[in-house]
Amino acid sequence: MPSMTMIEAIRSAMDIMLERDKKTVIFGEDVGYFGGVFRCTAGLQEKYGQERVFDTPINESAIVGMAIGMAAHGMRPCVEMQFADYMFPAFDQISQEAARLRHRSNGDFTCPMVVRMPTGGGIFGGQTHSQSPEALFTHVAGLKVVQPSNPFDAKGLLISAMEDPDPVIFLEPKRLYNGPFGGDHSGKAIGWKHHPMGEAPAGYYKIPLGKANISRHGEDVTILAYGTMVHVAEAAVLASGIDAEIIDLRTLLPLDLKTIIASVVKTGRCVVLHEATRTSGFGAELIAEVQEACFYHLEAPVVRVTGWDAPYPHAQEWDYFPGPDRVQRALEQILEA
Amino acid sequence: MTQLAKLRFPTPPSRPGESVDFSHLLISDVGQLPVPKLDLSAEDSAPYAHGLIRVLDDNGKASGPWADYLKATGSVKMLRNGLRDMLKMRAIDQRLHIAQRQGKTSFYMQCTGEEAIGCGFARMLKKGDMNFPTYRQQSLLVGADYPLELLIGQVYSNSMDPLKGRQLPIMHSSREYGYFSVSGNLGTQYVQAVGWAMAAALMKDDGIAAGWIGDGATASNDFHGALLTASVYRPPVVLNVVNNQWAISSCTGFAGGSRKTTYAERALGYGIPAIRVDGNDYLAVLAASKWAIERTRKGLGPVLIEWLTYRVAAHSSSDDPSSYRSKDEAAAWPLGDPVERLKEHLISIDAWSDERHVQAEAQVLDEVRVVQKEVETHGTFVDPQPMSPVDILRDVYAEMPEHLLRQRKELES
Ligand SMILES: Cc1ncc(C[n+]2csc(CCOP(=O)(O)OP(=O)(O)O)c2C)c(N)n1
Ligand SMILES: [Mg+2]
Repeated sequence: MPSMTMIEAIRSAMDIMLERDKKTVIFGEDVGYFGGVFRCTAGLQEKYGQERVFDTPINESAIVGMAIGMAAHGMRPCVEMQFADYMFPAFDQISQEAARLRHRSNGDFTCPMVVRMPTGGGIFGGQTHSQSPEALFTHVAGLKVVQPSNPFDAKGLLISAMEDPDPVIFLEPKRLYNGPFGGDHSGKAIGWKHHPMGEAPAGYYKIPLGKANISRHGEDVTILAYGTMVHVAEAAVLASGIDAEIIDLRTLLPLDLKTIIASVVKTGRCVVLHEATRTSGFGAELIAEVQEACFYHLEAPVVRVTGWDAPYPHAQEWDYFPGPDRVQRALEQILEA
Repeated sequence: MTQLAKLRFPTPPSRPGESVDFSHLLISDVGQLPVPKLDLSAEDSAPYAHGLIRVLDDNGKASGPWADYLKATGSVKMLRNGLRDMLKMRAIDQRLHIAQRQGKTSFYMQCTGEEAIGCGFARMLKKGDMNFPTYRQQSLLVGADYPLELLIGQVYSNSMDPLKGRQLPIMHSSREYGYFSVSGNLGTQYVQAVGWAMAAALMKDDGIAAGWIGDGATASNDFHGALLTASVYRPPVVLNVVNNQWAISSCTGFAGGSRKTTYAERALGYGIPAIRVDGNDYLAVLAASKWAIERTRKGLGPVLIEWLTYRVAAHSSSDDPSSYRSKDEAAAWPLGDPVERLKEHLISIDAWSDERHVQAEAQVLDEVRVVQKEVETHGTFVDPQPMSPVDILRDVYAEMPEHLLRQRKELES
């Protein structure tokens, strides 16, 4: 299998879908000629032409609005928000229009559309290039929400998203675009080349939406994570020697509760991780589900490690980012409890 | 068979390796547009929104009614200071861009080629006026004599940074110097400028607001929200559009800039008078700013200025424009370079010389370098000095609520 960065994997998924389905269109700011500021669509306009892959005005609301119109008409748009931080002008279109079209028209109109967006921090992007808005989307009925943690998953999940009959929010952890990242920011760049999940089939394959992946099997505690935090969890487990089971959620909505419950019932302990701010974050939802389903199996209160409830800072990035030290402390704390 | 609809996709003046075509630009000759009365109406501003206010011709000679208008209050000294401001702006950009390349800071954005606009506009404002700038209007700070150590400190995110490292480099903020805290989210602040101006009117101070937006970001909903609210309530606001032809890799055509209409003309549909100005002509910048600001301060309603210019440098330190436009574009830009044009003008009136120019350049560079070295002793990204992590949690609210106090404890443990 060829080795791929997450950027290449995402590009490959779009390339395959452009090839397979003539109704697929890709557009967004700087997405066409240039190929996207993160290069995810590089070469696609040249290959498929301007009518399939094109640049747009800087108006996220218009980008998603156009995508909804096209999707309703029968096309398969996959659009890019340049950063998740810039999706807010589109939130009206996403949450009030795309999400409800099927329901309010009794299935007369539907919205099979994907909205891709780079998410999360770790690149010194400051408060407007670092946010993790996943909980804003999971709070909206009618949306599916995906966040891969590696190239293999990214490609398979994006193809599934592009074939899904409903609108899918596809969050791409930008810190993982070029390599895995467990929180060591000392400057050593590790690529995907030497990571087992950095290999992916060149052709078409799917990873179903709603299926989590157990990225490490363990007995003593369950860690629920997604995106960059999967790698942070691995680093913390490695450093602590704790026998934790790491569940990479891959899809936040629909959520793979079955896998989560089986694990927590087995370990009796659960730590929830995300980079997003703590209050009303997706972790709150996970903890609620876990306690409802596993209360009598829990041996300690469920703990979460998250970003602080503050705007993402520029210079103090690594004091903000919930790195492996904080995760390790949480693991030790829950095992002592 | 009937012909079916076909989509149109805008094309730029050039792509890499192609020859550059700026022939679509509407550029009027110097002296064509008289100075209108201050209470110019939207309808009567049509020729100003379609034409181009210029003072300097291609040989650096100043002429026409706008030159006379400026001469009535301006002085040669003011022009020399303007040249010095622009040289300073250029030196700051150069030094900080290099510092970014050396890893001393994470990010930088230059305003090369656009220096005249902010340097000139700021000189016509008064204390108490407020700009709502984008990330590329640092020239407004230079034109307001903002202390260099604060400007550079912000870019280094160290203990000299008035924003405590919280904001991305270039996203300055200074109430005292009339520079509203810059947001990274495009468009949002254009309409905030309208609100600020409404408050100025309601609170009966004589301050005005100035909104700033790039050509690309005029595509945002907030651009139209600003024009609409400004036209409804008529607050004292100058709405500036900096049309530098590009928005990262997207040409101005993707914001609807076209052969037939200008950004300035969009204001007319909202009933707001608008003028279009050669942004690379420091004298035109001063004259037009003076006219627009005076009119606004007199309560004659909002006005929009489209500044025609060119983004010479990369979009940011993360961008390489050679992959989407010809390297020859800047040289082919029909309105030249603002520094060269003002220099040539001053030389032509015997108020400047090549020697003095070289001297001034060196002097300004030195001034910037000395402050930069001093600021660097407080830490850079290569040689960081610890900053208090608790500053992350401060100022989220006026008073730290319970949950943040708990998080503070955890952060400090
Ligand atoms: C809402 C929003 N969408 C996208 C971006 C990403 N972005 C940053 S600058 C830029 C181009 C802006 O171009 P323009 O308004 O012409 O200003 P210029 O950079 O030319 O000064 C884009 C798309 C953003 N900052 N905010
Ligand atoms: Mg621009």
